[in-house]
Amino acid sequence: MFYVGIDIGSTASKVVVRGDLEEKFVVPTGWSSKETAEAIREHLLEENIDVRADNVKVVATGYGRIAVDYADHIITEITCHGRGGKELAGDSCGIIDVGGQDTKCIILEQGLVSDFIMNDKCSAGTGKFLEVMANRLGIGLDELFLLAESGTVLPISSLCTVFAESEIISYIGEGRKREDIAAGIVDSVAEKVAQLSRKKNLPANLILTGGLSENDFFATLLSRKLKQEVKNQKLGKYAGALGASYLAQEKR
Amino acid sequence: MADNQTMWKELGMDLEMHDVLCDVLPQAFGDVYLSQENRPESMDFFDMVVADIHGIRPAELIEAQKNGTKVFGTFCVYVPDEVIIAAKGIATGLCGGSQFWVPGGEKVLPTNTCPLIKASVGARLDRTCPFFRIADVYIGETTCDGKKKAWEILGEDVPMYVMDLPQMKRAKDIKAWEEEIRSLMEMVEKETGNKITAESLKKSIKIIGDKRRALARLYNFRKEENVPISGRDVLLISQIAFYDDPVRFATMTNKLCDELEERVTNGVSVCKQGDKRIMVTGTPMAIPNWKLHQLIETSGAIVVCEETCTGTRYFENFVDEKAETIDEEIEALAERYMKINCACFTPNTGRIDDILRLAKEYKVDGIIDVNLKFCNLYDTEGFLVERAMKEAGIPVLGIETDYTDSDAQQLRTRISAFIEMLNN
Repeated sequence: MFYVGIDIGSTASKVVVRGDLEEKFVVPTGWSSKETAEAIREHLLEENIDVRADNVKVVATGYGRIAVDYADHIITEITCHGRGGKELAGDSCGIIDVGGQDTKCIILEQGLVSDFIMNDKCSAGTGKFLEVMANRLGIGLDELFLLAESGTVLPISSLCTVFAESEIISYIGEGRKREDIAAGIVDSVAEKVAQLSRKKNLPANLILTGGLSENDFFATLLSRKLKQEVKNQKLGKYAGALGASYLAQEKR
Repeated sequence: MADNQTMWKELGMDLEMHDVLCDVLPQAFGDVYLSQENRPESMDFFDMVVADIHGIRPAELIEAQKNGTKVFGTFCVYVPDEVIIAAKGIATGLCGGSQFWVPGGEKVLPTNTCPLIKASVGARLDRTCPFFRIADVYIGETTCDGKKKAWEILGEDVPMYVMDLPQMKRAKDIKAWEEEIRSLMEMVEKETGNKITAESLKKSIKIIGDKRRALARLYNFRKEENVPISGRDVLLISQIAFYDDPVRFATMTNKLCDELEERVTNGVSVCKQGDKRIMVTGTPMAIPNWKLHQLIETSGAIVVCEETCTGTRYFENFVDEKAETIDEEIEALAERYMKINCACFTPNTGRIDDILRLAKEYKVDGIIDVNLKFCNLYDTEGFLVERAMKEAGIPVLGIETDYTDSDAQQLRTRISAFIEMLNN
């Protein structure tokens, strides 16, 4: 049997296969979730996994989950991240997921989601915010973090991505140091994520998943703000897809 | 419909703009309502009322005005319809529930005003709602800062009367509300030219009591294991309650209840096995705001109760019908209305008690606490509601939204995740 978890995020789509084959891969989501789902189907077929065959169970999650028309089940990213978090951190933990468009904090008790919170429509405190700001500085995300580590935080007061961008333009105009601006950008995202997470009763066992989970600096920054350790996960960006693949196995 | 056009024109409405609203409503209504399976047949009446929402009732109101009747527009469940009816006036709810009216309101109000206020003011200023053209007097109240200031702006365009609602519930506050009711009586008597007597007030207390009893009866069916009516349908009925003739409304609601009684006997249910029972708490949903109910009921759950102004806050508690003298009646009115637990009061622990009680009565699996964007009062109280529910072991999902559809997908994710959590 093959248990396939597909997490179609706003920026990247993550796939985890378990069972007779253990595999994981990422494809950019592009502008059409439907085409992404199709590309994933073809990719799996190259591995001799036919998503429509009886020996393959598929669970789709993420913002583009509806586009995966060959999925056996469609399950929200909250439940899938919770299930993935259970594998990564155990039955009782908190999962902070910073995605391209959503940031969420999920509380797991006895292996099940007991509470969660998501950011509202606003993109502040998400990967999208970092992307827009890095673009404005003319650098990539990796470089943004590198610069931020050596910079002194310049305050960004605006809650809105569009207005924050104009604050950054003012800083650039004033000739401020790029690393200070970068530090301000990363700090403001960490602060927004921390603000959201503080609304929940956080357990001691706390992990970071999503696109920023490989980033040590961000995890350290978040730990400092929450005054407790937030462990970053090497497989953190696969948390949703991993959970989906387990649910593909468990759900009837 | 041609008659409607003439009527709207005579009301001085912006026909071109109003046509845009008329074009989208049937689609929205079809998507949310007519797509439901196994609806009670007696919903026909309510469907008809909504289908011609700017036609049938406005025509009735205009006809009544021709015979000298005065129409009073209201915006809040604290304003006692009984007083208006006792002076042979007609009360009609005016709260706006569509994004269509919001930009009109934003012309004069700050953007960070709640959509209900913006839509209500916009409907008047843009001349796109017949009810806002027909009303002779507008009765506002001091339930929040946004409304208080909006009345001043609206008052430049229409005859505006404001009731001063106390914000605490001490004996002297209930007394103060009694005084406010007396002042309202004076105004209504002056406007209508009709004296309110102990007898006429007794009669109107009974009329509104019957309407409340009909709604209470309707809500009772939702406590059944096999829920015979959807939350969407009940929400629609509650919304219609605000502007339909109260006697006819009670009759039609009771007729529907007779059908529901049969459904219960025969075990007919509108929900599927395993559907989760949700109570919605928080801010009101004025017509045609059906957004949240539609999302919930298409995500594996059914709404079994609304602890809102378009729900239990509207009909729970009755005015003592044994009151005989006019003073006793006014006192009974003040007491009943001051039992409504709105977030504008401090403290407002009664509301938490209500929610805990309703959660038990309606056997709810989870609560969705909804806040209309920029309603600071319910938003702040949400913290206390959420904490109390957690202590009682009832799962809560807090949601903030407005009248636009732009957040529908995000809301669906949250609601679906919440229902998945309840299924664990």
